[in-house]
Amino acid sequence: MRIVVAVKYVPDINAERKFADCRVVRDPAEGTLNELDENALEAALQIVEALPEGEQESAEVVAVTVSPPEGDVALRKAFQMGVHRGVRVSDDALAGSDYFGTTAALAAAVRHLEAEGPVDLVVTGMAALDGLGSVVPALLAAELGRPSLTFAKTVAVAGGALEITRETDEATETLTAPLPAVLSVADTANRPRFPNFKLIMAARSKAIEELSSADLGLDPAVVGAAGARTETTAAAPRPEKPEVELVQDKGEGGKALAEYLIRNELV
Amino acid sequence: MTNRTVLVLLDPADEVRSSVLELLTIGRALGRVEAVTLEAPSVEALAQLGAHGVETVHQAELPAELRGDARHLSAVVAEVLAAAVRRTDADVLLAPSTFAAKEAVALAGRALGAGVIIDAAGVAEDDEGRIVGTKRVFAGAWDTSSRVTTDVAVLTVRANAVVPQPAEAAVATEVEGFAVEVGAALPTVTSRTEKERDADRPTLEEAAIVVAGGRGTEGDFGPVQDFADALGAAVGASRDAVFEGWFDRYVGQTGVTVAPRLYVGAGISGAPHHRGGMQASQVIVAVNNDPEAPIFEICDFAVVGDLADVLPQAAEVIRAHKAAR
Ligand SMILES: Cc1cc2nc3c(=O)[nH]c(=O)nc-3n(C[C@H](O)[C@H](O)[C@H](O)COP(=O)(O)OP(=O)(O)OC[C@H]3O[C@@H](n4cnc5c(N)ncnc54)[C@H](O)[C@@H]3O)c2cc1C
Ligand SMILES: Nc1ncnc2c1ncn2[C@@H]1O[C@H](COP(=O)(O)O)[C@@H](O)[C@H]1O
Repeated sequence: MRIVVAVKYVPDINAERKFADCRVVRDPAEGTLNELDENALEAALQIVEALPEGEQESAEVVAVTVSPPEGDVALRKAFQMGVHRGVRVSDDALAGSDYFGTTAALAAAVRHLEAEGPVDLVVTGMAALDGLGSVVPALLAAELGRPSLTFAKTVAVAGGALEITRETDEATETLTAPLPAVLSVADTANRPRFPNFKLIMAARSKAIEELSSADLGLDPAVVGAAGARTETTAAAPRPEKPEVELVQDKGEGGKALAEYLIRNELV
Repeated sequence: MTNRTVLVLLDPADEVRSSVLELLTIGRALGRVEAVTLEAPSVEALAQLGAHGVETVHQAELPAELRGDARHLSAVVAEVLAAAVRRTDADVLLAPSTFAAKEAVALAGRALGAGVIIDAAGVAEDDEGRIVGTKRVFAGAWDTSSRVTTDVAVLTVRANAVVPQPAEAAVATEVEGFAVEVGAALPTVTSRTEKERDADRPTLEEAAIVVAGGRGTEGDFGPVQDFADALGAAVGASRDAVFEGWFDRYVGQTGVTVAPRLYVGAGISGAPHHRGGMQASQVIVAVNNDPEAPIFEICDFAVVGDLADVLPQAAEVIRAHKAAR
C-alpha cells in the first residue's frame, strides 16, 4: 500500500493574515501546515495501521506539498505525525498558480512517484484554510483519471476498495470505489494524533525531496501566474468596525438586545 | 456587453431556492439568463423562473445508470454543466456556494478551460468586459477582487450576496432536453438519504437571520431556538456544540459559511475557525457572560450576561413588538 497525502503550507489562522501585491503573504514565522491536512495525514496513517501484519512494513506514506521552500514546515509536521517521506515541489514558475496550476503540479508529483511503483491512494484535506476552495481534491481526481471520494466522515479500506460515508448539506451518502482513488477527509473524520518524542526527534533529520517543474515535465503555460485563468486585481483590508455597543445585563439585557434589533429594523 | 448568456444551475428543480433567485438577479445584470437542471422542474418552479426572466431551462438527459443517486456526484453534475455551457454558448456559469456545487463547477471549469472563482460575494464586469468576482477572505478581514481572463467565467456565489428581484417583465419558460455522456471515473453510490429540510425554519445557508448557540448553552438549545423562532431565523451552532451532540449543523470555516443580514452568537467565544464562517455578516450581535470574549471584537452590539436570561427576555419583547404591528 502506497499513499500520497497532499499537504498545504498556509498562513496560521491565528496570525494576522495579509496580502501584498495581491498575493497572500507567506511569512515563514507565521506559516504552518494547513490544519485540515492533519486530518488527511491521520486518515492515511490509520489506513496503514489497519493493514494486516506483513503489509504494514512495506506500506509507505508520502507527504507532498507544492510550495516555496518555507513549506518545509508543513512537511516537518507531517514527519512528526509519522509519514515516511516528504516531497516538495518548488519553482518560481509555480508562483501565482490557480486551482488548475496547483492541481497540475500535484498530479505530476503523483505520477512521478508512480514511476517508482503504484500509488494506491491520494489523500487530501477537505479545504485549505487560506483559500477555502475545497476544489483541488476533485480536480486532482479528474487529472489522475481516478474516482473522487470527497468530504469523508468515515473511511475504510478493505479488499482493494475504499468506502466512505459523508454528510453533505443535502444528504448522507455511502460511496465506494476500487483503488486507486482520491480521498478527501472532513474535519469530523478523526482526531489528528499528537507526535511523540521519538517521532519529533526523527523528523529533524529526515531529508526532504525537492522537485522542480522541469523534473516533473510541467508545461509552463498551465502553471504559475502565466497559466492562471484568474488574477487577483485588488486586495484591501476591510475597514475596522466601529466600537461595539456593550451592554452589561443587570436584569434588562434582553430588553436592550430586542430594542437594538427593533431600532435597527432587524426584526 | 449585455448580450452575454448567463447559465444558472437549478438543483434541485422541484423548488427554486432563494440562492437561485439571487443568482438570476446577478445574472440579469450581466446578460440574458438561462437555467440548467438534472431533473424535470415542477410547475411552480417554472412559473418562478419565468417571473425571473428565464426563457429556457436546459434539462440534462443522463444515461440510465446515472439517473439515480449517482446523478448527484459532482463529476456527473460537472459534465452536465460543461455540456450546457457548450450548447448555449454561455459566457458565464453561476452556481450557489455549496460543497457539491463548488466541486462540480471547478470540474466544469476544467473541462471548459475556463477560469473559476469560488465563493464570490459579488459579480460584476470590468472596463474590458471581463467578469470580476469579489470575495471576503481571511475570516472576513480582507476584500479581494479577481478577474477571470478566459472567455468563459465560472463562479460559485455565496448566499445573501444580493436581494433577489424578479425581472421587469415575466417570460414564458420552456424546457429543452439535451443528452449528456459522462466519461469520468466515478465511485459507486451505495446509499443516499436526503436530509429533511426543517419546514418551520429557513435553512442555515440561505437565511437572512442566523442565531447560533455554542458551548455556553451547556447543552440546552431551547433558549437559542425560541429566540430564533421569535425572529424567524435559522438556527446554527459552534463546532464544539455539534461535537457534543447538542445540535446538528455548525457555522464556520469547516461548517456552513453564512453571511446573513443579522447573525446572533449566544455562548460562542468567537474562535478564528468560527469567525471565518460568519464574519461577513452585515450585523453581528453576541450574548456572552465573559466580558473578555473574543467575539466582542467583531460585534456591532453585545450583551454581557447569561444567555438563559437574556435570550428569553429578548424573545418576549420581540414577540410583543411583532404582535403590536
Ligand atoms: C481544523 C478546525 C476547524 C474548525 N472549524 C470550526 C468551525 O467551522 N466552526 C466552529 O464553530 N468551530 C470550529 N472549530 C473549533 C473552534 O476552534 C472552537 O473550538 C469552537 O468554535 C468553540 O466553540 P464555542 O465558542 O461554542 O466554545 P467555547 O470556545 O468554549 O466558548 C463558549 C463561550 O460561551 C460563554 N458562556 C459560557 N456560559 C455562558 C452562559 N451561560 N451565557 C452566555 N455565555 C456563556 C463563554 O464565556 C465562552 O466565551 C474548528 C477547529 C479546528 C481545529
Ligand atoms: N499547494 C498545495 N500543496 C499540496 N496540497 C494542496 C495544495 N493546495 C491544495 N492542496 C490539497 O487540497 C486540499 C484542498 O485544498 P483547496 O481546494 O485549495 O481548498 C488541501 O487540504 C490539500 O490537501
